Amino acid sequence: MGVQTAEASELRVGPPPTPPGRVTGLMVVAGAAALLAALAAHRAIVAVVGLAEDRTAPLVAIEWVVTLVALVPVVPVVAAALRARSRGRHLAAGDLVAARSEAAAGRERASIALGWALAVLLMAALLGFVAANDGAVAHTFLKWEFIQSTWRPVAEGFWINIQVSVGAEVLVLVLGLVVAIMRLVGGPAGRPLRWLSTAYVDIFRAIPSIIVLYLVGFGLALAEVPVIKDLTPLWLAIVALTLTYSAYVAEVYRAGIESLHPSQWAAARSLGLSYGMTLRTVIVPQAVRRIVPPLLNDFVGLQKDTALIGVMGVADAFTRAQLESSDVFNLTPVIVVAVLFVIITIPQARFVDRMIAREQRKSGRA
Amino acid sequence: MAFLEIDDVHKSYGSFQVLRGVSLEVNKHEVVCLIGASGSGKSTLLRTINALEPISAGRIKVDGDVVTGPGVDVNRLRRNVGMVFQSYNLFPHMSVLQNVTLAPTKVGGVGRAEAEERALELLERVGMRDKAGSYPDALSGGQQQRVAIVRALATSPQVLLLDEITAALDPELVGDVLGIVRELAADGLTMLLATHEMGFAREVASQVCFLHQGSILERGSAEQIFEDPQEERTRQFLGRVLASGRL
Ligand SMILES: Nc1ncnc2c1ncn2[C@@H]1O[C@H](COP(=O)(O)OP(=O)(O)O)[C@@H](O)[C@H]1O
Ligand SMILES: [Mg+2]
Repeated sequence: MGVQTAEASELRVGPPPTPPGRVTGLMVVAGAAALLAALAAHRAIVAVVGLAEDRTAPLVAIEWVVTLVALVPVVPVVAAALRARSRGRHLAAGDLVAARSEAAAGRERASIALGWALAVLLMAALLGFVAANDGAVAHTFLKWEFIQSTWRPVAEGFWINIQVSVGAEVLVLVLGLVVAIMRLVGGPAGRPLRWLSTAYVDIFRAIPSIIVLYLVGFGLALAEVPVIKDLTPLWLAIVALTLTYSAYVAEVYRAGIESLHPSQWAAARSLGLSYGMTLRTVIVPQAVRRIVPPLLNDFVGLQKDTALIGVMGVADAFTRAQLESSDVFNLTPVIVVAVLFVIITIPQARFVDRMIAREQRKSGRA
Repeated sequence: MAFLEIDDVHKSYGSFQVLRGVSLEVNKHEVVCLIGASGSGKSTLLRTINALEPISAGRIKVDGDVVTGPGVDVNRLRRNVGMVFQSYNLFPHMSVLQNVTLAPTKVGGVGRAEAEERALELLERVGMRDKAGSYPDALSGGQQQRVAIVRALATSPQVLLLDEITAALDPELVGDVLGIVRELAADGLTMLLATHEMGFAREVASQVCFLHQGSILERGSAEQIFEDPQEERTRQFLGRVLASGRL
């Protein structure tokens, strides 16, 4: 054994073993950042609280709580310092492995502190912006009394946005699929259908949706097109957004269908299933699973575009908020609309994240 | 008249000739093995028989009826000619039972209850009855391939085309799948199989065809081809297979 070790050290020709990483430098930077961020946050919250007429006890408490929370990144800095000390002790004792692992842990703590300090700094900057110009920003965008006095008409308007969104989404799911399948029909007989589908997608993806809304809202009514001229403005809005978004969603469907391996077609057709039957029972059900994330993306876009239906005279949330805003010379009602859009969008975004994660786990296993 | 007649079939992709005048006759209850190097056209030949690939020239007859050219009801043809693929190709969004009953119920005109009963019988035969409710991604490759064979058998085809069905399997799973094919052969099912399992081909084949660059270079009984090949190419190919330990 002893001989072997001697041999091994004599024969050793590779590089020397990895030395433990350094902790102190990173730790000092993180510590400085954490303190700076806490200071900035403190000053910002004091400025915001200063906008109130009088410094009541709860407001002072808020100042304290925010400042204390802003100090949280200091905790991992302390942890990093402890690891740095223990790294030094192990190194002095010649235990390279333990020193390396302590150094790695210390650097990790310092990095965590740095990340959090950065987040605190950004939040402090945001608070500072709200309090800027002696509170002008806060007063223009976020005035409590206007939230109270205008949220009701704005929320009623938002109900119209939701109706238009859901109505258009249902129609888009159908029309988009029809357009996508027209594009996939094979053979010379399918050529006119493919051509029509391509032209439709090209045209409606190119025209801004506000123009389609305008043309459908006024043009179709002016031209007295039968049936359509009897539609309510709300339905006209649904029609216009359906036209625009079916073009996007058709491409989503097509990408989903084409992403399936040709062997699925071969397997289904080899069993005697017709083209249409294969599409219906084998291809589309699999494609639908894959297209949910991009589809929901387009739906979020559609929902946001419902804020444009005011151009055709529908009193949606944004239209009403604009009216309220000009009444009170303040933009708070518009912020209320913005917040409503955020509230309906976030759950959809999380849902998409979860779907994507699930798909990845699945394909990771395959 | 043979049950399956392949007459001077040509097939090209663009200017590349994949099949150069293949002729082959398969009688009922016969098992024909196609051997040959990768790229020699085995898969393409099998896929022309159930019209998954259109042919450029020639003629194919199944049970006396010409099945190539315009106006042929390919869906009807395919219910008569089952196919099993190298990569199983089960439908991942359907359970084992749904995979098997899809064709009989949707195009075979069989009621759901009857189709399921028959599917379970077939699954029982291949030892997969207890997996009827499972989804393909929960099965091993060998299990998936057994289900794929059952799926192809569910429409009661008169011929089965098997395209290197064990090539994607772990070695210890090959035996199970080959065992099933052996039973089908014993039952008298007509089969055409592309394979690299020479030992198996020798055991079940009534006829072995060696494909080389899109034509059948040599054909004969298993004994003839494996013991006493006439063509130099055949000897070279078998030599390579032997060297890789598969004979
Ligand atoms: N869709 C295709 N397009 C062009 N070439 C193809 C296509 N499919 C197969 N080939 C070519 O045809 C030849 C025969 O392929 P294949 O029948 O799969 O051979 P094998 O099954 O014997 O390995 C190969 O050279 C392959 O590259
Ligand atoms: Mg092949």
